[in-house]
Amino acid sequence: MLKQNLVLIGNGMAGVRTLEELLKLDSDLYNITVFGEEPYGNYNRIMLSPVLASEKTIDEIMLNDEQWYIDNNITLHKGKKVTEIQRGRQQVVTDDGITVPYDRLIIATGSTPFMLPLPGADKEGVIGFRDIKDVNTMMSATENYKKAVVIGGGLLGLEAANGLMKQGMDVTVVHLGGSLMDRQLDEPASEMLRQSLEERGMKFLMKHSSSEVLGDERVTGLRFNDGTEVEADLLVMAVGIKPNFALAKSAGLYCERGIVVNDTMQSYDPKIYAVGECVQHRGIAYGLVAPLWDQAKVCANHLANFGIARYEGTVTSTKLKVTGIELFSAGDFIGNENTEEIVFKDAATGTYKKIVLEDDKIKGAVMYGDTVDGSWYFQMMKDGTDVSAFRDTLLFGQAHLGDSGHNPETRVAGLPDDAEICGCNGVCKGDIVNAINEHKIFTLDEVRAHTKASASCGSCTGLVESLLSHTVGGDYSATPSTKPVCGCTDATHDEVREGIINMQLTTMKAVREEFQWRNADGCASCRPALNYYLLCAFPETYVDDPQSRFINERAHGNIQKDGTYSVVPRMFGGLCTAQQLRDIADIADKYKVPEMKVTGGQRIDMFGIKKEDLPPMWNDLSNAGFVSGHAYAKGLRTVKTCVGEKWCRFGTQNSTGLGVKLEELTWGSWMPHKFKIAVSGCPRNCAEATIKDFGVVCVDSGYELHVAGNGGIKVRVTDLLCKVQTEEDVLEYCAAFTQFYREDAHYLERTAPWIERVGLAKVQKALEEPEQRKALAERFAISQKKAQIDPWKERAQGTEALEFAPIKVSALGELV
Amino acid sequence: MSQWIEIVALENIPVLGSRVVSVDSGTDIALFRSTDDAVFAIRDACPHKQGPLSQGIMHGTSVTCPLHNWKIDLASGSAFAPDEGCTNVFPVKVEQGKVLLQLEPATEKVA
Ligand code: SRM
Ligand SMILES: Cc1cc2nc3c(=O)[nH]c(=O)nc-3n(C[C@H](O)[C@H](O)[C@H](O)COP(=O)(O)OP(=O)(O)OC[C@H]3O[C@@H](n4cnc5c(N)ncnc54)[C@H](O)[C@@H]3O)c2cc1C
Ligand code: SF4
Ligand code: FES
Repeated sequence: MLKQNLVLIGNGMAGVRTLEELLKLDSDLYNITVFGEEPYGNYNRIMLSPVLASEKTIDEIMLNDEQWYIDNNITLHKGKKVTEIQRGRQQVVTDDGITVPYDRLIIATGSTPFMLPLPGADKEGVIGFRDIKDVNTMMSATENYKKAVVIGGGLLGLEAANGLMKQGMDVTVVHLGGSLMDRQLDEPASEMLRQSLEERGMKFLMKHSSSEVLGDERVTGLRFNDGTEVEADLLVMAVGIKPNFALAKSAGLYCERGIVVNDTMQSYDPKIYAVGECVQHRGIAYGLVAPLWDQAKVCANHLANFGIARYEGTVTSTKLKVTGIELFSAGDFIGNENTEEIVFKDAATGTYKKIVLEDDKIKGAVMYGDTVDGSWYFQMMKDGTDVSAFRDTLLFGQAHLGDSGHNPETRVAGLPDDAEICGCNGVCKGDIVNAINEHKIFTLDEVRAHTKASASCGSCTGLVESLLSHTVGGDYSATPSTKPVCGCTDATHDEVREGIINMQLTTMKAVREEFQWRNADGCASCRPALNYYLLCAFPETYVDDPQSRFINERAHGNIQKDGTYSVVPRMFGGLCTAQQLRDIADIADKYKVPEMKVTGGQRIDMFGIKKEDLPPMWNDLSNAGFVSGHAYAKGLRTVKTCVGEKWCRFGTQNSTGLGVKLEELTWGSWMPHKFKIAVSGCPRNCAEATIKDFGVVCVDSGYELHVAGNGGIKVRVTDLLCKVQTEEDVLEYCAAFTQFYREDAHYLERTAPWIERVGLAKVQKALEEPEQRKALAERFAISQKKAQIDPWKERAQGTEALEFAPIKVSALGELV
Repeated sequence: MSQWIEIVALENIPVLGSRVVSVDSGTDIALFRSTDDAVFAIRDACPHKQGPLSQGIMHGTSVTCPLHNWKIDLASGSAFAPDEGCTNVFPVKVEQGKVLLQLEPATEKVA
């Protein structure tokens, strides 16, 4: 079958979008020919404003370059104007005589700037703001001229004025009415906008009616009805647009304020479709792109012979593209006698919000300064959402709903089913709700078990709890504020820790019996916790249980997804020598390490090591003087340092040396969770000490000690613990703080959540008294005696050998 | 090849711990020993994402996978609800302090 011919007049936003939509549905149906009066491919017209403001280049705003037309077998006639549509012969003719026949025709000729018919309006330097050519004209004017006048204080006029101002011109905006953007803003918002534009240097002549353009060949000024004048060597008219339908009209198509189309985007000639700013649909001619996208979809649907889509109009909203000015409006934001309005205004922060309600539904909104909730209001307005339930907090926005205390679940209730709740495991709201309903779930743990939501990093726990209470209502058993250690017992962490000390329970078995554990062996959660609590309580006598340690700590390496391990030797304070690097390199060669990496903790990670190779590799590392880096441990990881006073021109103390001392003090220690230290040589803080569990910032007069910072999942900046004078003080405080954390925190609680739970004051108090501080530091020293026996060296020498030795069997079933 | 192989002395499997049997021809088998000296043998691959179950923490007669915490019953090789899946179980017995193992699975892997 011969392909039909489809012709598009107007290579702009609406027309080409229609082709894109059509190609998605059926790329083979037509021979497509496009005529465009402008000599370019298809570009994003709305981005001309940022181009004028030098925030974008023409190249960056191209939507489809010429290659796109070639790739899609579309014939593009750029720089060609269609002057005639011969409906009888079904063909179009251009100004230079090209004739192309059509079976179906799309008219998308857009609109043209409305030029005020003033005397002198034809002078050089008087232009509109519509296309690349206009932008080029303005840009070149900025090179030779200084004064620009923009007529029209609407969206387009202000964007033009802002761009010209950015180009260094002295810009005056002339506006007929008393308030700017009067079709999009109410008076208070408009006033705030004018003030902030004035602060940026824009001048305004409000309520000024122009009467004549002055000058000889080129414009020199503008005269007003009241006889006053303003100088201008560039005059931009941005007073409105005229739908461009002259061509259609001359072909006898029915037009009013635009080409009249029905809900299928067809003109009165069913072979001829029209989309974009040149059309009038149900009485409305649009001047924004959102409606065009809807129209393009519908038009393409019919061109592809589906015939099922209808265009029923679009509700539009407005934003102004002036960098730094946030403004939003939608719907009927003025209101009438049947509407009510909720208004918030804070001149000091430049914030204004107004919502117009009718029958508890949003009819319109206008916002200035803070517009983050614009799309939320707009969505509710389009959906006709009843807002009576949260009307009193409506103005504070969507985020506020969650914690306002009024309706904690409303926020999650409002989320669509495919909204992702748990980012780690990619679990959506719908999955969770289904699981809750299907499995009759009432607790957070069950949700975790069934969906894995909130089971990894836990940052979505709050959302999941809200979903639970929303879905199961009053039956939801909220997480008790004092959590039991795990499902094996009702005892809490604190009860267990106190019990261990007070009753001198020295084995896990004794603890489990005393607290009536339901499972004799405990589980994968409580065993590591009890093992740690006992180790901390009885550092000299308790015998560590490897089988109660998570594999990383049992095997002294990080398990990888393929079952191999990683090896990270310690580099104290991040310092190293050429010889150490050479040794690491040799060892890496020897064990054919597939990948190495410099870690975020200032040392070297070797990946992909087979478990049985660990002890011999550690042996070699140990012989070269390295100890385990505990990159796998709930314990001290790294001490990050910066260059410090020895080399850095800003360094105030020997931060590197102090870091090494701190690492020598703390390495090997087992803790409730991982622990990171950093020392920065000055407040520029290159070692990022203020997001570490213990951070030191050196200053001229001594050392600031910061605690309980966290990078990771939830970033927390440290609290300032105190300031001390000497390195000895730093070391003592570090030991005391670490020990207090070891003795007080729950297992798997890092310093940040721990301090948020117990309060900084409690920690400060514990360390304030020199006696008490020394006692803590002393207890830390005792615990370090056993902890600082390098686990790698021990294992290289045969400890736990079975852990690392596989039993090898040949295919014939013989031990090898 | 359903013959019994004398694989290891019972005392060389730690209580509540494991040993890996690496078989030349196929996937590894994980041996576990419970507190009352029962021994279990399962394919050393978690039904979730093939995590090495031998490296997990054992409790009672089950093991928690080290990669994403699935709990697997050692007697049947099945994951505990709500997780679903199963790994092979191998015939294993203890005689006079020796652990005997067969290299043909007793159960076909279901999922
Ligand atoms: C290797 C390294 C990434 C790198 O290539 O640079 C790394 C690798 C891992 N990190 Fe990390 N983290 C590494 C620096 C960091 C840092 C940066 C730092 O320390 O300056 C952070 C943020 C700082 C912080 O902890 O406050 C970081 C925050 C995390 C977190 C989130 C902790 C939190 O409290 O939110 C986890 C998850 C956890 O611990 O539960 C994590 C967990 C992991 C684990 C252990 C994942 C796991 O459980 O298996 C990764 C092990 C990979 C492997 O198999 O070896 N890693 N990790 C870094 C090792 C540093 C070192 O020399 O020891
Ligand atoms: C500076 C500026 C900023 C804007 N900012 C926004 C904004 O922030 N948000 C928003 O929603 N909208 C904005 N708009 C409006 C938006 O750009 C228009 O709504 C949209 O471009 C209209 O698309 P269209 O395809 O109907 O017309 P156009 O994109 O104008 O395309 C029509 C094309 O047809 C060509 N043409 C006309 N007649 C013929 C002929 N006889 N033969 C061949 N070719 C012909 C024209 O040269 C033109 O290239 C802005 C407009 C401008 C100018
Ligand atoms: S950020 Fe850390 S935990 Fe996440 S993939 Fe990278 S190394 Fe692993
Ligand atoms: S591989 Fe075992 S839980 Fe994921």
